[in-house]
Amino acid sequence: MFPIQLSNIRFTPDGRTVLTGVDLDIDAEGITVIIGPNGAGKTVLLRIMAGLQTPHDGAINWNGDDNPATGIAMVFQHPVLLRSSVFHNAGLGLKPFGLSRAEAKRRTLQTLERVGLAHRAEDSARLLSGGERQRLALARAWAMRPQLLLLDEPTAALDPSATDVVEGIVREIRTDGTRIVMTTHNLGQAMRISDDIVFLANGRVIERAPTSRFFARPQSNEAKLFIQGELPWRISFDN
Amino acid sequence: MLNTLLEAFSLLSRLDSQVVAIVWLSFKVALATVTLATLIGLPFGALVAVASFPGRGAVTVFLNAMMGLPSVVVGVIVYLILSRSGPFGDMGLLYSPTAMVMAQTVLVVPLIAALTRQIVEDAWRTYATEFRSMHFSLRHSVAALLYDCRYSLVVAVLAGAGRSLSEVGAVMIVGGNIEGYTRVMTTAIALETAKGDLPLSLALGMVLLTLVLLLNTGAYHLRLWAMRKYG
Repeated sequence: MFPIQLSNIRFTPDGRTVLTGVDLDIDAEGITVIIGPNGAGKTVLLRIMAGLQTPHDGAINWNGDDNPATGIAMVFQHPVLLRSSVFHNAGLGLKPFGLSRAEAKRRTLQTLERVGLAHRAEDSARLLSGGERQRLALARAWAMRPQLLLLDEPTAALDPSATDVVEGIVREIRTDGTRIVMTTHNLGQAMRISDDIVFLANGRVIERAPTSRFFARPQSNEAKLFIQGELPWRISFDN
Repeated sequence: MLNTLLEAFSLLSRLDSQVVAIVWLSFKVALATVTLATLIGLPFGALVAVASFPGRGAVTVFLNAMMGLPSVVVGVIVYLILSRSGPFGDMGLLYSPTAMVMAQTVLVVPLIAALTRQIVEDAWRTYATEFRSMHFSLRHSVAALLYDCRYSLVVAVLAGAGRSLSEVGAVMIVGGNIEGYTRVMTTAIALETAKGDLPLSLALGMVLLTLVLLLNTGAYHLRLWAMRKYG
């Protein structure tokens, strides 16, 4: 369990409201998926949770601490890989842990096996396909054995087959005891993979509910319209 | 002109002992200089690229300006430091290959550091968020960036080697151009041309050019290989 509490988070770069009045408790096991239209503030919210972005107002509490701990890992939509082997990239996140060489190697190989990339350990990471790159990024984060894993649209650029593989890995990481919070635009994926949904629009948390209830009986009008594929946000923007 | 050229080729083809000694010393001085300057310049340049500290902009401007440091000025400064009345005069290093390495290191470090800063800073823009998400310390970030940029950094090291091999002012002042002891290719070329011994100057000039060309060819192919292997 790795509780994070966000209280009244406001993020307004250059006077533009990206997030406002966001209260969020991440304290249960499982997978929370944040959904919402483009520009809703999903990625910024994830970055704030990772400690990569400082909000202009509000408070964050990481497991009783004011600073993000090493128990958090994050995988980005377009992960950056070093000009090096798959093995070296997979073990990169272990550098700050001060593990012995043997332990780091053992953990890296074990994680590569679990994401199905052990046979490519010696290949160049930058020559992997999009799906393999994302699996490698997941392996790099998983090797760190994080208590909380943040995933920013990890399958946004992948085909259905690669998406399926990544979803399988995400489920396995969750089974391993890691708390997962991810963003996605893919409602089908949110339905398949999540335990609860956070619906974000215009920088606010509009609704949070268990997945089945959210999709069956959304409480807010915005969530209903979003699930139906209507885009009131764009209409108001155009006006 | 043709006779001079033929005589220069003759000196090279029969591996004239004077030519070999001069080339060998030049090679040793350049290798020592580049090794030292790389060990100092690479981490320092990377640190300036990654670290946030007051005056970082001023350090960057200073480093860039030092790339054009006049070698005779460095020669005079190192001369003053190593001369009998200078702070390190007792070490008796003036007019020795060690003094030449010291002067050239002062010249080459800013060059390697400034080029490293530029290369690493560009990479840092791409990696910063990812490294922060992995809780990397400054040391981890610098090490990872130097490793990732290793093939681009060959250019910085090569520029340092080129400067060391072709430099004449500083080594002339602190080395003294003593035959068989501190005479390197550039100082020998300057002296022999003034004396009118053009075949020796030309022979050394050809070796110098060949060395620089070989270094650059090697670096070019290394980069091609790296791009194919690592993307």
